[in-house]
Amino acid sequence: MMTRELFEGCTGGAAGGPLIAIRSLVKTYYAGRPNELEILHGIDLTVWPGEFVAIVGESGSGKSTMMNIIGALDRPTRGTYHLDGVDVEKATDPQLSAIRNRKIGFVFQTFNLIGRTTAQKNVELPMLYAGVPARRRAARARELLQMVGMSDRAKHQPSELSGGQKQRVAIARAMACDPALLLADEPTGALDSQTSRTVMDIFHDLHEQQGKTVVLITHNPELAEECGRILTLKDGRIISERKGSGARGTA
Amino acid sequence: MSGKEVAPVGLLDNIRMAFASLWANKMRAVLTMLGIIIGIGSVIAIVTVGDSLTGSISDSMQSLGAGNITVSLSQKSSDDDGEAVMMEGVSIRMFGPSRPADEDLLTDDMIAEYRRAFGDRVAAVSRSESLGSGTVTQKSTSLNVNITGADLDYPAAEGLEITNGRFLNQNDLDGRKKVCVVTDEFAEKLFGERTDPIGKSFEAAVNGKVYTFYIVGVTPYDDGGAVAMFGSDVSYPVYIPLTTAKKLAGSAAGYQSFTVVGSSAGENAQFLSDTESFFASYYTRNQSWTVRASSMESMMSTVTEMISTVQLAIAAIAAISLLVGGIGVMNIMMVSITERTREIGTRKALGAPGYAIRLQFITESVVICLIGGVIGIVLGVILGAWGASLLGYAAKPSLLAVTASVGFSMAIGVFFGSYPASKAAKLDPIEALRYE
Repeated sequence: MMTRELFEGCTGGAAGGPLIAIRSLVKTYYAGRPNELEILHGIDLTVWPGEFVAIVGESGSGKSTMMNIIGALDRPTRGTYHLDGVDVEKATDPQLSAIRNRKIGFVFQTFNLIGRTTAQKNVELPMLYAGVPARRRAARARELLQMVGMSDRAKHQPSELSGGQKQRVAIARAMACDPALLLADEPTGALDSQTSRTVMDIFHDLHEQQGKTVVLITHNPELAEECGRILTLKDGRIISERKGSGARGTA
Repeated sequence: MSGKEVAPVGLLDNIRMAFASLWANKMRAVLTMLGIIIGIGSVIAIVTVGDSLTGSISDSMQSLGAGNITVSLSQKSSDDDGEAVMMEGVSIRMFGPSRPADEDLLTDDMIAEYRRAFGDRVAAVSRSESLGSGTVTQKSTSLNVNITGADLDYPAAEGLEITNGRFLNQNDLDGRKKVCVVTDEFAEKLFGERTDPIGKSFEAAVNGKVYTFYIVGVTPYDDGGAVAMFGSDVSYPVYIPLTTAKKLAGSAAGYQSFTVVGSSAGENAQFLSDTESFFASYYTRNQSWTVRASSMESMMSTVTEMISTVQLAIAAIAAISLLVGGIGVMNIMMVSITERTREIGTRKALGAPGYAIRLQFITESVVICLIGGVIGIVLGVILGAWGASLLGYAAKPSLLAVTASVGFSMAIGVFFGSYPASKAAKLDPIEALRYE
């Protein structure tokens, strides 16, 4: 949807290239100060369009930092990051906003729906910042809520929804601008196993039916096993990379 | 990268978000607005009441004859920059007045000469002399009166109307008759509503003496509007022939002051100075007295100017409450932004650029101030109208004040909203998302 025209003239955006191309990425906090802290020590990561990748790691492994950088919320200290051909480390703040808006769909562990705002309006939010006219926003939001099976709750506020329902609305919101990448950070972390299953199935559906590229960040090995490729992060390095089953779990 | 970025959020969407946010915290929004409501309301009310006061004063001065010129004796200063200070054409004597000697007084001859010299330019010359204030007691009623000796030109100069009977005539003046013209209200109180007061008499105690006057005419009572309202006791005017007043008071034939009415309104300033120099010429060799001419008009502009200065000062004080209200808005915006840190983080993660966040919160603060401002204007207009009705002069709320208030409350919204909004805009999305 409209991502091409927004990023026209960008370098390296050749079709058929990798969606995520990270080379020798280093992330350092408090750079140049006595308490300088290097979190990621030279990460190389390539994700191709249509992949379903899990990044697993224990807490403190650098998962969150990784997710912030992949999600264009933060810039790498050294190294390069190309997302869908866009040079992220050179982007200005407003350009990062645009990248997040058009290329990335975030799904958070804690849902982060806007309170006192209906599910419908929550789903419309990314489109509001994309400058989509109100009528088209509403139509697209209805379509997405139907996709996640939440049509009947469109007028409900987050406080009137269960955790699983909130996450389904959040996924609908993440899909609002038809992003190149769905980036989910522990999307089932706050849910029981049954609702987790529903949420994971939606990711599988989006991956299988719409060919969405999904990057799932989790510490849950069972969930990771469902993905096509599993990367294990430890102490700021990718220590292993292997194929997953790619099949839906049964839990 | 190309320069294309996230499209700005439309104003309508921002306003809708602002209302949604205010609706979520109704009580807080109302309390925040209160500062703006009180500030704008009091400024509008004060300006309206001030306009009403000015209008009321100029009205009552107009009724006293704004175009009239008062010619009066004025003490000569021992040196030129001495006792009399001229302020906007009104002379304010710095030392207590001492009475002029009988030979210093303005005389009928001078006035006759003046009328001859000025001819058509003079419409009326009204001489009057106060006999003093006194009391009229009849049965259980006791009324304060102010007895004035008047001549035939008096009604023309003072705008006096006769609704019953007649005004004093030459016969009364020549015969120094004890006749009088009273006000309708005075007559009603004394004789009752149904009695025709013409031909009736009453006794008035003035300065320890008791006089009996026969009523020949009735004039409508004029409470003098706002100016007289501030006086304590009501005192009814009673007009008797000038000659009678002089005889009863035992005073000399001359006058300390009299009133001149010009025939045309246009050339007042010239007429005023010509009149002054005419009479002053009689006093060039007088050691201690000269003549000054002044008009209500010049006094009125001084009074009006004074009122608008006071009005401005009070409005400025009221504007301070606006400032306090603005600080209140800023305070609440800061609280609101801290509360909504996660929301701001989420919005940023979903692609809201800093300027969209800033615009959202500035819009919210402007909406608070604008609603507060509009309520304040309504309140101020009502309050002002009530105050104006107390003064008995309906002043329309100043359109300028209303427009300025709307603009000013928006400016307050932008000014006091911009710091919290830019704080929100600068939030780091990672930190904001992690905020508990």
